[in-house]
Amino acid sequence: MKVTQKQMMMPFALLIAMLILLFTACVDNEKKEYADTADIPVSKEMIAELTSPPNVPTPVGRRKAKKLIVNMEILEQEGTMTDGTTYNYWTFGGSVPGSFIRTRVGDEVEFTLSNHPDNKLPHNIDLHAVTGPGGGATSSFVAPGHEKKFNFKTLNPGLYVYHCATAPVGMHIANGMYGLILVEPEGGLPPVDKEYYVMQGDFYTKGENGDPGLQAFDMQKAVDEDADYVVFNGKVGSLTGDNAITASVGETVRLYVGNGGPNLVSSFHVIGEIFDKVMVEGGDFINENVQTTLVPAGGAAIVEFRVDVPGTFILVDHSIFRAFNKGALGMLKVEGEENKKVYSGVVQEGIYHPEGGGIQEMPDDGKAKTPVATSEKTLAEKMESGKQIYMKTCFACHQAEGQGIPNAFPPLANSDYLNADVRRSIEIVVKGKTGEITVNGEKYNSVMTRQAISNSEVADVLTYVYNSWGNNKTNVTKAQVDAVKNGH
Amino acid sequence: MKSILRLIICLMLLWFTKANCQSEMVLIKGGTYTPLYGRDSLQVTISDFQMDVYPVTNEAFLEFIKKNPKWQRSKIKKIFADANYLINWKSDIELNKNQSLKAPITNISWFVANDYCECQGKRLPTIDEWEYVAMANKTLADARTLESYNKYILGWYEKPKTFNNNIGSTFKNYWGVYDLHGLVWEWTSDFNSVLVSGESRKDVDNDSNLFCGSAAIGATDLMNYAAFMRYAIRGSVKAKYGLKNLGFRCVKDIIE
Repeated sequence: MKVTQKQMMMPFALLIAMLILLFTACVDNEKKEYADTADIPVSKEMIAELTSPPNVPTPVGRRKAKKLIVNMEILEQEGTMTDGTTYNYWTFGGSVPGSFIRTRVGDEVEFTLSNHPDNKLPHNIDLHAVTGPGGGATSSFVAPGHEKKFNFKTLNPGLYVYHCATAPVGMHIANGMYGLILVEPEGGLPPVDKEYYVMQGDFYTKGENGDPGLQAFDMQKAVDEDADYVVFNGKVGSLTGDNAITASVGETVRLYVGNGGPNLVSSFHVIGEIFDKVMVEGGDFINENVQTTLVPAGGAAIVEFRVDVPGTFILVDHSIFRAFNKGALGMLKVEGEENKKVYSGVVQEGIYHPEGGGIQEMPDDGKAKTPVATSEKTLAEKMESGKQIYMKTCFACHQAEGQGIPNAFPPLANSDYLNADVRRSIEIVVKGKTGEITVNGEKYNSVMTRQAISNSEVADVLTYVYNSWGNNKTNVTKAQVDAVKNGH
Repeated sequence: MKSILRLIICLMLLWFTKANCQSEMVLIKGGTYTPLYGRDSLQVTISDFQMDVYPVTNEAFLEFIKKNPKWQRSKIKKIFADANYLINWKSDIELNKNQSLKAPITNISWFVANDYCECQGKRLPTIDEWEYVAMANKTLADARTLESYNKYILGWYEKPKTFNNNIGSTFKNYWGVYDLHGLVWEWTSDFNSVLVSGESRKDVDNDSNLFCGSAAIGATDLMNYAAFMRYAIRGSVKAKYGLKNLGFRCVKDIIE
């Protein structure tokens, strides 16, 4: 009897002992901190999710360190630089920038780099997240039609650039061979509502900016650092219009911003937003309330901000000619309820007389104020004054020859939209215009603010526009402008 | 009389068949030059030799492979070729219909290229010989400092699918040789003697092999870049590799 009892107790005790062991092991695992990230053990294999810009893969969350399989293919292929202009891009994964790689600290990455057989050149990859000679470049040098495999362990959390480092390095980078690899800390980055991948790069073409056809790489311009295009995500308009990134009011947006260079440093800024948090240079240091953050060539930054009001927020390199003349322009469209406390819009407008007399209100109805009748100017006079006003007020967006900026600002030259309706044109100048319009077959979805110029100036500048660049030679009179302004 | 006529016809026939087998060659007059990235970073002296006017074509290679079954795709030893070997051929002795007979043979390993030349009593050129002939444009023996010469080479890097163009579709150079630039890369006998490690920045720092003194550093960048690409492709391959854009031609020493 005694014996049997003992026998029965044995497995029970064993079970309890095992349970305790299991439990403590579990707790152990969660609390264990490694003095050296190289000691973090990995469990299981996982194929890495790779995404093309502006998308990023799923956050790592609380997952444990794993053996992460990354398969990256190199493609040399023709793509669009801007409307009517193409370029022979060299790419990691078929996009510029290359596919986004998301890892966590302690992951053991098994990286396979495949060079497509149609490619002419050997390539390799230098990942700034790699600790080791050449960042992987020496081990990944691969001829067309072949592949190379190498392994590395992610030791330092942060956002890192990767790029091709085959001779001539500058040319490989200038043709688009760069991208970002994120190493998240243990437990992942704090969750946010929206995450996007934005990477700047400069391009050097035989022809000038906007010259049509297939444009070849220009080595001399690259050496001189004289860029024809400075763009986000590989081409003009990759983040504007229908390609704009989106968010809703109240959401927190996190942008993984990289800069492939090869030459230019980016002054990254979002017009109308303040970065609540910037992980400076993609590292651990967090700066708060930042207007513009510097992204070095071959470097990165993580920026976060809560969007509080609806509207279109423009992403720029605040070296501002790059934004408006070379393409470094993107859009974040935010939808949702207005918040008048945060941003009111125009509340009141008045005439400012510095000599005193206080602020005078603009008359609400035209009858209250009888303007002094001045004889209408001649066409030549209007053209001269109109040109001056144009260069002061309109030039920045619509450009010197009225050609506008593709995907951002519609053209005024040969513009069907302009020529169709004079009254509408006057209205846009005096009242502003927001939302989608179609000009010469292209859709634009942007904002033009109302212009603070007098009625006769409006008449002059519109007359100038209508009598230039192949438009229909309408002579706009001040009376027409008055009529629109007074709502008749 | 009749027999003499027969003999002449016979001889002529013989001569014709020989001319058909042996691809056209031209004399390259030797000389001394400084390669962009030599093994010794010094001047190199080249003796007179003969070089094929054109790269070896699909047609010529097809003939060769019919006579040498050991190089056929299904029979070749795995250490002499990788999986890309003649990958686009329809069978062991048949081209695919989109492959031109007059296009250069590509997707072949160094071993087979080497044997092809030997079978003809020729050999593969050395890097120094190849580079010596390739520095010519249409009119100059050494056109390396000309912007137009370098632009032409760089332009080719951006032209897709030139491997299926016919031989002779580029320019005839100073020596009367075609297609050194603008068609395909070409094997050399000692292709791997200049090591580009793949980490070109390191190469620049430490490996004096790759920069022939200040001359190269001081040379125009275009010149560096056009040639550096060739050294890069040579450094990236192994003798058993087959590449879609890599063919070959043969040379012959002059026996006095």
